[in-house]
Amino acid sequence: MYAYDELDRTLINERVSEFRDQVKRRLSGELTEDEFKMLRLQNGVYLQLHAYMFRVAIPYGTLSSKQLRRLAHVARRYDRGYGHFTTRQNIQFNWIKLAELPDALADLADVGIHAMQTSGNNTRNVTSDQWAGVAPGEIEDPRIWSELLRQYTTLHPEFSFLPRKFKFAITASAHDRAAIKVHDIGLRLHRNAAGETGFEVLVGGGLGRTPFIGKTIKPFVHGHDLLSYVESILRVYNQYGRRDNIYKARIKILVHELGIEKFAQEVEEEWLQMRDSALAIDDSVIEDLRSRFSYPAYEKLPHMPEELKKAAHDPHFEAWRKNSVFPHKVPGYAIVTLSLKPVGGPPGDATADQMDAIADLADKYSFGEIRVGHEQNLALPHVARRDLPVLWKALDKIGVATPNVNLVSDIIACPGLDYCSLANARSIPIAQELTRRFANHETANLIGRLHINISGCINACGHHHVGHIGILGVEKNGEEFYQITIGGRADEKAEVGTLIGPAVPYGEVADVVEDIVEAYLALRARPDELFIDTVKRLGVEPFRERVYATR
Amino acid sequence: MTSPLEQKKIRITGPSMVTANRTWDGVVIYRTARQGWSADLADAAIVRTSDEARALLTESIADDVGAVGAYIAPVEIKDSGKIKPGNLREHIRFQGVTIDLPVPA
Repeated sequence: MYAYDELDRTLINERVSEFRDQVKRRLSGELTEDEFKMLRLQNGVYLQLHAYMFRVAIPYGTLSSKQLRRLAHVARRYDRGYGHFTTRQNIQFNWIKLAELPDALADLADVGIHAMQTSGNNTRNVTSDQWAGVAPGEIEDPRIWSELLRQYTTLHPEFSFLPRKFKFAITASAHDRAAIKVHDIGLRLHRNAAGETGFEVLVGGGLGRTPFIGKTIKPFVHGHDLLSYVESILRVYNQYGRRDNIYKARIKILVHELGIEKFAQEVEEEWLQMRDSALAIDDSVIEDLRSRFSYPAYEKLPHMPEELKKAAHDPHFEAWRKNSVFPHKVPGYAIVTLSLKPVGGPPGDATADQMDAIADLADKYSFGEIRVGHEQNLALPHVARRDLPVLWKALDKIGVATPNVNLVSDIIACPGLDYCSLANARSIPIAQELTRRFANHETANLIGRLHINISGCINACGHHHVGHIGILGVEKNGEEFYQITIGGRADEKAEVGTLIGPAVPYGEVADVVEDIVEAYLALRARPDELFIDTVKRLGVEPFRERVYATR
Repeated sequence: MTSPLEQKKIRITGPSMVTANRTWDGVVIYRTARQGWSADLADAAIVRTSDEARALLTESIADDVGAVGAYIAPVEIKDSGKIKPGNLREHIRFQGVTIDLPVPA
């Protein structure tokens, strides 16, 4: 966990006071909605179909048990008893009253949580690998660099009024769990030939109306130069990014139109002027940041304790362990993913009672720490393997031990037309129906890893472009239709999926997905060939034929 | 269900109303014929021409303190005279989400 200092606490508390005054002036009529809109957006407050929506930042997806309890409190006290974890590691509350928002923000500020960088045309919440700091083989904890960027970009005047929103993601593992290739700037920590640690910098990735996979602009940037280099990128974007057309305002469009070579040249020229400026980071700055991250005092524990051997006789436990428990960098410990994808449930939602219970379990079994992943699940990052059986029972009791992590029912979905004012079609009921269709764990295991992502509109909050199966809601003559893509992926081999054919109506989506999955089972070369690899090998045509032959 | 939040040209093809969200709590509201707001669709002022719609929207937007995000939306008038939302988006705003909430209300 990162410990906030006095500066952080002062900043957050001042922000609450400012927003309290702004809300007061809005409700009295002193501020018009036009004047107030930007102010509320800068505090994570959107207007949705039924009410205001409040998006709270969870920087790099790390929460303490105390913070999770406070989120539960906000859900219970100011909302309707639940929250929705998003694809950018944030949490949203859907029913909050504007008049009560300053109190909610103040309650969150008490535990170091805020809503800055969750909206507006600025640098957004920096996301990272939810296994940061505990993943085996990781170069180093990427959250140290995430925190550096968070501090540097928060309220930075030059980055507060960009042409459009701007998102960073960082990973330090070979396997990308942070989807860095679909971010405005993606950073991959690695070592160069000389053994030095630095960043591969990718730029211009993004989803939405015009999806692009990020391109490598510089294979290696030393940590000392990280701020000056990303500032150079932002300055070029700020200068040339289009402000006349919202659909062409993201950096991905600029990179695409200029070409990566020309864009890189512009950045290089900018960088030469500032590389050795005050933005060059001294080792002491990084060491200071590193020192404010606390790590558990791990015990020396056996890899295969008696408790685990005994529990292995229980097939339900084993099904969960094989699916939801992952290797940890420290022997005797494990990372445990908590599925927020129960059969028939809205993906990513957690009730206040569940949040409280998870916070208690984090205290008991994970050194008080919880992680949020962009797949809309939670994780306990430091669980002793001997505690897995007892933890499983407790998680199962509160409904977060569905053994479907990375399987077909572990669906990413945006709130869709049930909540969102931008949506054209519903996402959640589609996801719910699919989880029911694929509720059988044996079938799901037979299918293997398969990511279904659903968005209710082209803005792509559900990351449909990079789902192995992507589902995009559109409107046709007032009816909900859905375009289906296959072959997308968000990891280190990121690709945008390919449309398989005409959109299908709401009532046929689950049937179409079943057809695609059945086609895959019939077409795969061997049982361990994943869906995504079968699509890569064969292309979309066999799937298209299967889906549309009878439609 | 294209988002109506950016309504520029106002042209209606059937009975319509003006809807918004109440400023202090965000609740869905409808403009009434008495130049007020109601949370009940049955109280909504119904307009049938584009000129009427434009006038109702202009009047609604002028109440910047009471409501936020006002726009024109279609309605369906049943034979009984009952007003129903005219598209899925408005149906969801009127009836609430189409799924069970994680915590029952």
